[in-house]
Amino acid sequence: MKPQAHDFLVRLCAERAGLRLAAAAPMDIEARLAPVARREGFSGVDDLLAAVNGRNLDRLGWKVVEAMAPAPAEFFREPAVFAHLCELATAHARSGRRLKVWVAGCGAGQEVYSLAMALDERPDRPEVEIFASDLSAMRLEKAQAGAYTAYEVQRGLSARRLVRCFEKRDDAYLISPRLRSMVCWSRVNLVEDISRLGGFDVILCRQVLPLLTEAARERVSAAMAGALAPKGRLILDAGEYPAGWQPVPGPPGIFRPERPGRQAA
Amino acid sequence: LERARVNSCLVVDDNRVIRMVARRLLEGMGFRVTEAGDGAEALSLCRESLPDAVLLDWSMPVMNGFDFLAHLRREPDGERVKVVMCSVEDDLDFIRDALARGADEYVIKPFDGEVLAAKLVLAGVA
Repeated sequence: MKPQAHDFLVRLCAERAGLRLAAAAPMDIEARLAPVARREGFSGVDDLLAAVNGRNLDRLGWKVVEAMAPAPAEFFREPAVFAHLCELATAHARSGRRLKVWVAGCGAGQEVYSLAMALDERPDRPEVEIFASDLSAMRLEKAQAGAYTAYEVQRGLSARRLVRCFEKRDDAYLISPRLRSMVCWSRVNLVEDISRLGGFDVILCRQVLPLLTEAARERVSAAMAGALAPKGRLILDAGEYPAGWQPVPGPPGIFRPERPGRQAA
Repeated sequence: LERARVNSCLVVDDNRVIRMVARRLLEGMGFRVTEAGDGAEALSLCRESLPDAVLLDWSMPVMNGFDFLAHLRREPDGERVKVVMCSVEDDLDFIRDALARGADEYVIKPFDGEVLAAKLVLAGVA
């Protein structure tokens, strides 16, 4: 990749989505953008980026940024998190409330459906409001369809869950309509105004904040604090320690805001 | 210092290349690996020494995977061996059948090290 193309890509991703690409390896960039270049009829990644840069192509620019935004792609990554969420859902149901969860950066839906499957396996089947968002419209479309390849359903998903929760159509494994109907989906760019979202008991946002620029991370983190209900929790990957949040008991990676109800900067 | 126990895995497949690839992946994960080319040979090896896990193909000459599995589960302590069935068959009814016959997990071929490692964890062996 040409240095000027790399510089443009870093700037584009930071400006539009707060993504921090400076450390991304050229091979990783090629792997992510080559399919976009191919689909859009360009001879390679350099040509694609030159077109976005030179002709100011907004739609194509978003496709580039969306492709560079990583997302979890495994089912049941860190299973303790889903067990914890189920316990919370049951506790809320016992007090006559429905747990409201936002899966931010849901990718192609593996985390969301892991939660739906875990809840569905509970004897009490607590009702939960699940809202899932991602930056990538293409990934969101796949998530909504709930259709996965044989390779994808083998990443973290047990064979028992596969046969119980999916049906096979042609080469795709489709999540059951019942589980799919548990989720509301929307495209959300976390660095834009997310004040329209709020009242969540839990925000599950793993592998997203560390990939943002420092300024974007602060802004998103503050906005998420504002989007939580009182006593709400932010769940990150184990090992993520965001400024302005305090860890709470439970599996690693669960936080409450130091200043609850803080609004987005 | 207590020495960490090394898990053993028996790879049962009539395809030599698949056995070789599986061996490389499993040894990379720290398993001690033995190989068998069909179910009868695998059963003979299990009667000498039960492995912790078996990576088991279905379609093989002499004795297929399901028949081997039925024999294994009748062996003393045969129930404790974690069996990951491994086949190109990707229909859910087939996978359901494999689980009903005693497989602990199921891998659809082709697979890579990441998938295999995850399946062994799900089977409770890695």
